[in-house]
Amino acid sequence: MTTALILLPLGGGLVVWLLPWTRFWAGSFALLVSLAEVGLWIETLIRFDFARPGLQLDARAGWFGDLGISYHVGLYGFSLWLIGMSVTVMAASIAYAFWTGRERARAYFGLQLFLTGAVVGVFAAQDLLLFYAFFEAMLIPLYVLVGVWGGAGRLGATLKFVIYTMAGSLLMLAAVIVLGVHQGSFDLVDTGTSGNTWIFLGFVAAFAVKAPLFPFHGWLPDAYREAPPEVSAVLSGVVSKAAVYGLLRIAIAKFPGPTHDVRVPILVFAAIGLVYGSLVAFRAPDVRGVIAYSSLAQMGLIVLGLFAGNSLGFDGAILQSVNHGLLSATLFLLAGGIERRAATGELSRLGGMARGRPVLATLLMTTGIIALAVPGSTAFAGEFLILAGVFQQGWIWAVIGAGAIVLAAMYMLRLISAVLHREVGPAVSDSALDLRPAELGFLVPLVACLLALSAWPAAISERSFAHGATFRVGWTSYAPIRNVP
Amino acid sequence: MISKPHVDWFAISPELVLLGVAALALFVAVLVPRWLRKALAAFLCAGGFLGAFVAAGILYGRSAHGHPVVADAIVRDRFGALGMLIVAGCGLLAVFISYREPVRNGHDAEYYALLAAAGAGMAFFVTANNLMTIFLSLEWFSICLYVLCAIDVDLVGSLEAGLKYLVVGSFGSAVLLFGSALVYGATGKLGLDRIGATVSAQGLSRDVLLLAGLAMIITGLGFKSSSAPFHMWTPDVYEGSPTPVTAFMSAATKTVALVVALRVLVSAFPQEAHLWTVAVAAIACASLAIGNLAALVQRNVKRILAYSSVSHAGFMLIAVAAHNQSGARALLYYLVPYSAMSLGAFAVVAARERELGRAVTLDNLAGMGWERPLLGVAMFTFMLGFAGFPLTGGFFGKFLVFSAAVDRGWTWLVIVGVAATAVSLYYYLGVVRALYMRTGAELQLAPAGGAPPREALLQTAVLGCLAVTVASFFAVQPLVDLAKHAGRALPL
Repeated sequence: MTTALILLPLGGGLVVWLLPWTRFWAGSFALLVSLAEVGLWIETLIRFDFARPGLQLDARAGWFGDLGISYHVGLYGFSLWLIGMSVTVMAASIAYAFWTGRERARAYFGLQLFLTGAVVGVFAAQDLLLFYAFFEAMLIPLYVLVGVWGGAGRLGATLKFVIYTMAGSLLMLAAVIVLGVHQGSFDLVDTGTSGNTWIFLGFVAAFAVKAPLFPFHGWLPDAYREAPPEVSAVLSGVVSKAAVYGLLRIAIAKFPGPTHDVRVPILVFAAIGLVYGSLVAFRAPDVRGVIAYSSLAQMGLIVLGLFAGNSLGFDGAILQSVNHGLLSATLFLLAGGIERRAATGELSRLGGMARGRPVLATLLMTTGIIALAVPGSTAFAGEFLILAGVFQQGWIWAVIGAGAIVLAAMYMLRLISAVLHREVGPAVSDSALDLRPAELGFLVPLVACLLALSAWPAAISERSFAHGATFRVGWTSYAPIRNVP
Repeated sequence: MISKPHVDWFAISPELVLLGVAALALFVAVLVPRWLRKALAAFLCAGGFLGAFVAAGILYGRSAHGHPVVADAIVRDRFGALGMLIVAGCGLLAVFISYREPVRNGHDAEYYALLAAAGAGMAFFVTANNLMTIFLSLEWFSICLYVLCAIDVDLVGSLEAGLKYLVVGSFGSAVLLFGSALVYGATGKLGLDRIGATVSAQGLSRDVLLLAGLAMIITGLGFKSSSAPFHMWTPDVYEGSPTPVTAFMSAATKTVALVVALRVLVSAFPQEAHLWTVAVAAIACASLAIGNLAALVQRNVKRILAYSSVSHAGFMLIAVAAHNQSGARALLYYLVPYSAMSLGAFAVVAARERELGRAVTLDNLAGMGWERPLLGVAMFTFMLGFAGFPLTGGFFGKFLVFSAAVDRGWTWLVIVGVAATAVSLYYYLGVVRALYMRTGAELQLAPAGGAPPREALLQTAVLGCLAVTVASFFAVQPLVDLAKHAGRALPL
């Protein structure tokens, strides 16, 4: 089942590459495959038993027995949710690209499907080396997607992106090798924990770049601005969650000692990132800049939750990861729509788009309001869990986090008002249409997911770690993830 | 009357096949009508390499217990057989790549004769078991390569490359010979295992002559494997030689030089391991540093690949320096995807060169990925493989090399390797950038004009290299088993 989730998009990608499709058929086939992937995920969701702790729907095959490397995949509750978010966002992204009509369609859609497979693989891998392989395999399509279909500054942006990411990844490779060779196996389930701080830091470096965490976010503004909007959506929504998953599944679960020792510095960086990202988002001159830096802030918040070291924090981090994935994807796709209409993303040249465009206004308002974590929204639930969790590490973290929520309201409301309200901007012509039905086709499902989660955030927060009774356990601190062996 | 040694003909069958083919190709050069020469000679040469490949495969299967043969001049074991397999595979692909290469003076048949003869010399080299046969076979294939580099005498670059290679290569050979003489002077033995036995029996491990000889042997082999600081000839020769010859040299010569370096060091000098492992590690670091840093500033793709080959010599020398079974395994595994990637990358360069009629630089590579999808994707994969990305054998190559260094306890070498890999990304991805992210129109290149000629053979070779590169990632276990069994033939 898990293997099918990985192989379906990879196979689809191969078919798109090898057969001589026209642009229309390549796009529609890719869209079909990505929707089938969502369907397959729903089937997986039905089969998954949330009450049972431990790995489920796993599969194992020998690969490189000499070094104890195997193809080992399986799902935990939290990986299932991350996969669900990813395949949804990927499908929306492919739909956006199909609607926009990308040049060199076969290459483009093949890469998107390949990326989908790699992302699912990252969330499912239970072998360190397999994880690394998928983690790197994500980079290849991203590199090309940004480098070929990106904006004018794409070459510099990709170069920065790749060098940052690979510097982190190679440190992780060294860590993987040292850890695996010492333990004699690369399996994540079979092997025990380690107390080596250096290896831990190698992993953290890779994930901190990928997330990105302050101060490793140098690649972020360029990449998010220069990439095509739907690729930015994937980058910030999906790919950054691979870092969350890695931090949780490998760094925290495998290194309880170092996690404890290095907790405070990591919390400090996460808190700085949260505040700094929010402030820069407030000052950013363009739509994508706001979303990009808000992503940095949100990643800081999620990492606060991860390193809170208790089940509240973990639950909140997973819920918030799903939220942020959906939110930032929606926002980037909306930003893409706005840029197509106004030919610019600069806030100073936008404005007044609400007049005569009620659908756009409604969607942007809804998404924005959820993103600023208004009480009752799913983002509020996630942030509340995170803050409650991190409160146990010290009230100061919760205070910073709560302060950042105010900042989030500031930058989100500024974005909304700069785009929708005020007087009509010079770049907004009257002929710029409201959202088309086709655009609603990929935006509405995303927003619907967000609204559904707002109604029932516990669907995720109580079903990620199989203890099922977060609040009944009370406020005592949890041992590092209970059901991750 | 001199007593003849018993000859195990089967042990030298790959060499015999290749030598026979070389002789036939020379006959073709004079006896066959001009229009048929090229096709027939290439066919013979390809058949010869295929035969050598099969023979080496059978030899691998039937040499589970290595033992010296032919009066101890050569050794019949899986280690050598695997080396021969790689050489024969490279040779076969090189024939495919060479076929459409324009040779202006009509010496086509001689070209293939030399290629087969070089292959035979290399096959002999990897099985050589004493210092004399090592030197003889080294000269044997080197002389063939000197001529091959300069085969296109009308091209100034080619002639220059041949001369440079001749001068520097002869210097390297001379150093190796001198070193061998010193070792012989110290121990009175030529056979590799005899040297080791004598050193331990007579307590010679601190003997100055012996150590000087060891240093010179390492230097001599360093020239052939183009590891820094003995790499100076590499970029010029790679740039100037006909590209198919460069492809063959970069893959096969490096393979045999590293394989023999490992064999000589572990068989003849186990007592001095504490010295040569450090020396080899230092050479590895120098190669990694110089190869990667110098490649950053190149524009000519052949020079980039030349410096990249220097840096890969560094990676593989890490495996040699590890001095353990996992090092031998890592080296032998690494050589397979490396050879495929190297041959393939030069083949793509050759295709572009024939299309444009001039040297390939990063600028005139622009847009090639879209114009010629197979070659583009293949080149993309080779670059990723060189950089050690997953989905290519290059990843497991680096992985095994690093884990060999960890086994040895030299984590610092892993750090150096990782840093070098990070630097190398810049130029490997630079090639990808040129292939896909810049269009010819953007750079205002003059259009090459007309459709590029179809080159079925070259594309077959590239496809073969691509298949090996990718398959060695997924089928890593069988390949490592081959390497492991071969490595067991060494006294580690």
